[in-house]
Amino acid sequence: MARAVTQNRKIINTAAAWTVGLLIFFPILWTILTSFKTEATAIADPPVFLAFDWTLENYSVVLERSNYMRFLWNSVIIAGGSTILGIIIAVPAAWSMAFVPGKRTKDILLWMLSTKMLPAVGVLYPIYLIFIKMGLLDSRTGLVIVLMLMNLPIIVWMLYTYFREIPGEILEAARMDGAGLKEEILYVLTPMAIPGIASTLLLNFILAWNEAFWTLNLTAAKAAPLTAFIASYSSPEGLFYAKLSAASTMAIAPILILGWFSQKQLVSGLTFGAVK
Amino acid sequence: MGQIKLNQVTKAYGDVEVIPPLDLTIEDGEFTVFVGPSGCGKSTLLRMIAGLEDLTSGKVAIDGADATNTPPAKRGLAMVFQSYALYPHMSVRKNIAFPMKMAGIDPEEQNRRIEAAAKALNLTDYIDRRPGQLSGGQRQRVAIGRAIVREPSAFLFDEPLSNLDAALRVGMRLEICEMHERLKTTMIYVTHDQVEAMTMADKIVVLQAGVIEQVGSPLELYHSPRNVFVAGFIGSPKMNLIEGEEAAKLDAHTIGIRPEHIDVTATEGIWQGKVAVAEHLGSDTFFHIHETGLAETITVRAPGEVSFRHGDTIHLTPRLDQIHRFDARGLRIE
Repeated sequence: MARAVTQNRKIINTAAAWTVGLLIFFPILWTILTSFKTEATAIADPPVFLAFDWTLENYSVVLERSNYMRFLWNSVIIAGGSTILGIIIAVPAAWSMAFVPGKRTKDILLWMLSTKMLPAVGVLYPIYLIFIKMGLLDSRTGLVIVLMLMNLPIIVWMLYTYFREIPGEILEAARMDGAGLKEEILYVLTPMAIPGIASTLLLNFILAWNEAFWTLNLTAAKAAPLTAFIASYSSPEGLFYAKLSAASTMAIAPILILGWFSQKQLVSGLTFGAVK
Repeated sequence: MGQIKLNQVTKAYGDVEVIPPLDLTIEDGEFTVFVGPSGCGKSTLLRMIAGLEDLTSGKVAIDGADATNTPPAKRGLAMVFQSYALYPHMSVRKNIAFPMKMAGIDPEEQNRRIEAAAKALNLTDYIDRRPGQLSGGQRQRVAIGRAIVREPSAFLFDEPLSNLDAALRVGMRLEICEMHERLKTTMIYVTHDQVEAMTMADKIVVLQAGVIEQVGSPLELYHSPRNVFVAGFIGSPKMNLIEGEEAAKLDAHTIGIRPEHIDVTATEGIWQGKVAVAEHLGSDTFFHIHETGLAETITVRAPGEVSFRHGDTIHLTPRLDQIHRFDARGLRIE
């Protein structure tokens, strides 16, 4: 009997997981489908699911009207730059917190995380004004810095968790084996930390890629990334759902593909190394 | 060479003194075991010798040279950890090679020593595997191999066998003893298991709360424990400790008699009691006896063929020449 109950449970759990998964994925699927419809079919009532005349027209119009490659390039630079800069700052910070913790290390970590609870819009004005003064408005440099600062708490926290998982005895063994600090870092710590650093890199690249508040508010034309590219199709006059969908699909495609190929790394990153 | 000398070493964490001033000399080539209950400071003491733990005060000398402030890497000691502490991203070969690489030994010599160590430790077939693909026993061998190849002046073992199952533990115990016979290098071995201590050591250091209770050969500790703590800690099953009237008869506060030094019969003896539990091991039988009026339980070790059962009344006769006497402070009376 016990066996039958578990079996039922399994089916229910699986069904529930699929339902939730499909619900979450549905808007993305709908966007992709809409991008292949004509503007008229896109707003048809009742909505059409699959039986429509598939067309690539929206994509060609969008590509003709705006310079997709420039937006894409901006996204790559901004997401990549902020992630790399963040890692460079976060590795030594997390390192020292994990291996030479002080009395207030835990407090500092919590304080850093608490800054993420502040609504971004609360600091929009000050940052906007600073950007004007420093001439950083609508520049990739400015966005790299802002996004790096926004994600830094998460990067530090993730790396800290990873470093903490490296057993202290292994480092002591290296010391007993005659390794100095340099050799210890080079031959023992770094190779063991690389998986953690890799998933942190990946997650933060995705976070920065998808970031829409700062990228929209601090750019105009020059430094605008793909988020601005999507926004430019949501005109107040409306009724360009198909083109908006095509633009959205093109904007999320690179990150979807990247995410798909790095699922394993991402999951271990998102669970913060809790499942091993 | 590997003489290690501790001179008035202490260790304190804040206000808590875990090791009060302590002196100890470990001679070159000696197999010394630190034994004591958990939390007695034995691992801390070992880590202080290794240099992984700073001294609060005092001095450590290795081969006569002051090493108090020498970093662990420069002390010329090798350590085997309880958790094995292998490098998970390196193959067995690279793990064993690591200390030699750090010492800058030339690659040909490195290979020669790796091959020799792998052969001696039965690791040849696993030499290219990672630690994650090995069993506990194999990992422990790799850890030992890594310690051997650098030819240290002393080996430090921190409870190296406690993660292994019982059968493997006995095997590894013998291998470590044989290794000591072969290499004749100083070894310091930390354990909470007094059987390991008794079987392996040239010299046992019994510790309690950071204080050395007694230093001596296994048989010295067995035959003349200096105090009640050592008497109760060394020997298995534990010595019976009896206070009160029986002790007073012999002018002592406490008397101790080992289970193997009490004879049992069904009919006559000095003491009597009821068998609570009889453990038949085949070669021996252990009786746990209640209602003796001496102590809560008296343990007796009898030959395997003696077969009393639960509830039987039996008579006990201690061998008088084997009784240990202790005064009110717990110290041995000669």
